[in-house]
Amino acid sequence: MKQGASWFNIASLVVGFLFLYLPIALLVIYSFNESRLVTVWAGFSTKWYGEMWNNEGLMNSAWVTLKVAVVASTFATFLGTLAGLIMARFGGFRGRTLFSGMIYAPLVMPEVITGLSLLLMFVAISLDRGFVTVTIAHITFSMCYVAVVVQSRLVSFDRSIEEAAMDLGCPPGRTFLQITLPVIAPAVVAGWLLSFTLSLDDLVIASFTTGPGATTLPMKIYSQVRLGVTPEINAVCTILVGLVAAGVLVASLVTRRQELRREMEERAAQAAP
Amino acid sequence: MKTSAKTSAKTSAKTAAKSTGATHTRQRWEPWNDPNQRPHVEISRVTKRFGDFVAVDDISLNIYQREFFSLLGPSGCGKTTLLRMLAGFEMPSQGQILLEGEDMSGVPPYQRPVNMMFQSYALFPHMNVEKNIAFGLRQDGVPKPEIERRVAEVIEMVQLNAFARRKPHQLSGGQRQRVALARSLVKKPKMLLLDEPLGALDKNLRTQTQFELMNIQEETGITFVIVTHDQEEAMTVSSRIAVMDHGKIVQVSTPAELYEYPNSRYVAEFIGEVNTLEGRVAAREGDHLLVQSQEAGCTIKTGPSADEPAGRQVWIALRPEKVQIALEPPPDTTTNCLSGEVWDIGYLGNLSIYHVKLDSGKMVTATQANRTRLIERPITWEDRVYLTWPPDAAVVLLS
Repeated sequence: MKQGASWFNIASLVVGFLFLYLPIALLVIYSFNESRLVTVWAGFSTKWYGEMWNNEGLMNSAWVTLKVAVVASTFATFLGTLAGLIMARFGGFRGRTLFSGMIYAPLVMPEVITGLSLLLMFVAISLDRGFVTVTIAHITFSMCYVAVVVQSRLVSFDRSIEEAAMDLGCPPGRTFLQITLPVIAPAVVAGWLLSFTLSLDDLVIASFTTGPGATTLPMKIYSQVRLGVTPEINAVCTILVGLVAAGVLVASLVTRRQELRREMEERAAQAAP
Repeated sequence: MKTSAKTSAKTSAKTAAKSTGATHTRQRWEPWNDPNQRPHVEISRVTKRFGDFVAVDDISLNIYQREFFSLLGPSGCGKTTLLRMLAGFEMPSQGQILLEGEDMSGVPPYQRPVNMMFQSYALFPHMNVEKNIAFGLRQDGVPKPEIERRVAEVIEMVQLNAFARRKPHQLSGGQRQRVALARSLVKKPKMLLLDEPLGALDKNLRTQTQFELMNIQEETGITFVIVTHDQEEAMTVSSRIAVMDHGKIVQVSTPAELYEYPNSRYVAEFIGEVNTLEGRVAAREGDHLLVQSQEAGCTIKTGPSADEPAGRQVWIALRPEKVQIALEPPPDTTTNCLSGEVWDIGYLGNLSIYHVKLDSGKMVTATQANRTRLIERPITWEDRVYLTWPPDAAVVLLS
């Protein structure tokens, strides 16, 4: 079979990439538009980036979003790690299927339902809606992602290193902190990042559970877009896209380099007598 | 590190046979035969069940201070479960384990003065060699200067000086094995448990490491209990071996005793090569039994043996290297003489292995050391040959 670039391969690649990235590219391009009208090109300018900083409403909601994301993903990581640990470790306890089913359910639960039920609960216990309720809601739906990531790492975990630690005089609690946690740390960090991004871009659940003074960025953008897309929004979104892309790029570069170095070191060690 | 075993009281015990009658000028080290010795570890009527499966079945065993004790058996015979019960990772379903007279039931692994070396080595991947080794001492709150001194000491002992700051993934298999050994030795445990410690090494390295293990065991004076499925390894390193099968101990003896006086076909076949000939007791002649064997086509006069009733079914174990092979028939072909046809020859240089098909159809193996250059008319395929052996070589097995 002919390897390399036939016209068909190139065409499908181009079409695929256009399909995925043309909208984003347009957004980035129009964020540098001079004109106030989004769809009319009137020359290059970065003035909307400046305007964006001065738009207090936008900046406030960005700050709220960041706080919610950090707090929610931290709690979700803690709870999700515990849940993952229980699913991976405590073999066949009574009600295990129910437990794991309940952990996995939010993954497939329609967001509208999650949001609505949380809202009903907050109303029932008459908790004032705002920062706290959004954060709780985000913890609820993102902890199951952490649980899944951590559990899959624990399945391939060599338990004999925990036994070795205990054998050397380390009680179980300390073994978890000194041995298990450092070894599964990459999964825990990945889980944190996952829930951070999930919280960052959640619109539906946040709209159900938020209250005055706690408008998240996605909500703000959505409400502004309804009044018409402004180049400011384009600028905010471009920055978001840039941040996410940079994060992904750096993370993959770092892990790739680590993997390469580790591989080389391992080969060197095996070659030595 | 030296690769030759030191000649000490212990190694001489290893090579001493049971009842050769020879007078030994050197004192033999055999605490298990000394009624005044207290066992270091007393395993008493221990059973371990996992659901319906009985992994360890009513085992009683005494292990003495400074012993290098092997648990030998095929996989699934319960040897690792027994070891894990000594370490405290499993609790016996029944029976108890006493360490220096103290009941160990209910004592968790982190409170036992016992350390284990794992089959997978179980090194902590996020710590370097030094930190791995120091881990156990840090748990006990040993002062820092002492930790450093003791870690340096064991690193020296296992010759890892150049690798102290490396992480486990930067080490070769042999180096990892030595880190694991150092880590389990640094706390100076009362007993060291080794689970297939050399299983992952290649053959040359394994042989070398066996001798290193023996040296370290003698230097430190720690009781070693090793689990292995490799009979050669067990024979090389052990003071005594317990052969296990289906959760039970079949025989506990010194390597030499195990080889020369197996108590069953299972042990005889597990330890080295053996020919077994089925027969029935015909008569008794002094210390010896006369066994009539259809398979052998002759009467077999056995070595000194307990009295067995006439007509009882027995098996005769004959080690291939104790059988003489000749082209000329001996003067008496009715006793201790097999005749047959050479079926196959394996020439190994120092040894030749002959597979002889007896008239009954049974295949028998004989090995001969090639002490001289090949003779003019060597034994060859389809030759009619006669196999003979001294009566002492024939061991009676009852099962």
